[in-house]
Amino acid sequence: MKYLDEYRDGDIAARLVERIRRAQTRAWVIMEVCGGQTHSIVKNGIDHLLPKGIELVHGPGCPVCVTPLEMIDKAHAIARRPETIFCSFGDMLRVPGSDGDLFSIRSAGGDVRVVYSPLDCLKIAKANPEKQVVFFAIGFETTAPANAMLAWQAREMGLGNVSLLVSHVLVPPAIEAVLSSPQNRVQGFLGPGHVCAVVGYTDYEPLAARFHVPIVVTGFEPLDILEGVLMVVEQLEQGRGEVENQYSRVLARGGNRPAQELIAKVFEVSDRKWRGVGTIPQSGFQLREEFREFDAERRFQVTGIDTQEPEVCIAGQILQGIKKPHDCPAFGTLCTPQHPLGATMVSAEGACAAYYAYGRHLKESDLVTVGDGSKTSLSG
Amino acid sequence: MCLAIPGKVVEIRAQDGMRMARVQFGGVTREACLDYVPETQVGEYVLVHVGFAISRVDEDEARRTYEALAEIDALGELEIPEVTEGSGGAR
Repeated sequence: MKYLDEYRDGDIAARLVERIRRAQTRAWVIMEVCGGQTHSIVKNGIDHLLPKGIELVHGPGCPVCVTPLEMIDKAHAIARRPETIFCSFGDMLRVPGSDGDLFSIRSAGGDVRVVYSPLDCLKIAKANPEKQVVFFAIGFETTAPANAMLAWQAREMGLGNVSLLVSHVLVPPAIEAVLSSPQNRVQGFLGPGHVCAVVGYTDYEPLAARFHVPIVVTGFEPLDILEGVLMVVEQLEQGRGEVENQYSRVLARGGNRPAQELIAKVFEVSDRKWRGVGTIPQSGFQLREEFREFDAERRFQVTGIDTQEPEVCIAGQILQGIKKPHDCPAFGTLCTPQHPLGATMVSAEGACAAYYAYGRHLKESDLVTVGDGSKTSLSG
Repeated sequence: MCLAIPGKVVEIRAQDGMRMARVQFGGVTREACLDYVPETQVGEYVLVHVGFAISRVDEDEARRTYEALAEIDALGELEIPEVTEGSGGAR
């Protein structure tokens, strides 16, 4: 409560903004990588609070958004099979595939269940031994320990009717892809706090050194984000490109060792396709050979998937910080959260969906001023 | 979806070889696995992501984070009905 009150009160926030203003001598482009940070920035209007010339662009850190359409179609094909109970985090249910979403499969009689934890699948599998329980194991590093434990426990408990449809992605290779693009505009990064709570931030250090780019691991609260921006701007102005930790009250450099150990036992790094971006080498996880019997792609040989993304969609460029939602002709018209055309509109954490949710698709003339006409948008 | 929600550990027990806890989030209590923060004791606060504690935090940090998550409507997963051992068959 205290932190948000302080933010709304504006005192500490104003002081941080003033410090950014004083540190800054030129324009800088900074990318926040985590979808939760994107949501917080847009909801709290933090980008509008920053001094002129500090531009925040929104990165690829929404796992729902970057799950490739082929994988979603594969999930739907498995979920339609009469012998399966298809389990998923709630965010994936309304992501449209080439033909409907998981909600429509459920309406048509498919057994699709939203679970809170991957471990729920163990209970469902035990209660339904005649069914195949398939879990849609998506996520970044934060979710990997939970998904790894499902595979581990399924093997320990000898549950032959559990499998995982794995679509796991990693943050550092995505940052590398952004920085390696010939169109790259990003000069500094806010690193993802809760991702680093699991894996630490040692993997970011070679990236910062190689590209000479500041990466500041940051929380998602408004004051965290402002402080993270300040730390990035100070580094940029001083010509430094290092990894710093704004979020030290939650995480340490090494992250969570027990979680990393189980991830390493269950998963191995593999190439992954990112929706809107394409294949990034060594950018995700797949099950290790010892756990492949729990791989839903192996258990259910789904073939004949042919997907096509709408040509108008520029999600790939938005995910890489090259363009903003407003640069897209379909944004807010042809493409809305109810009828998303691409990656950044399919989840509330996607840049386009966040812009839409907080009225940024509206024109100035559509807006009605309420109260004293103050233009601040601190509480969304 | 990479955000973790802070809660207070109110009960710890062993189940299927894992260290499981009941964790209180605001007015809701959920199950969470403590295997990744094995030193956690009853009464302490942890950050929980999809049913797994990934980090320990102090009470102030827990309260602050919880409020910030509520502010950006990121507590929806706590409304998902709990699957219990007995209700594993329910849809």
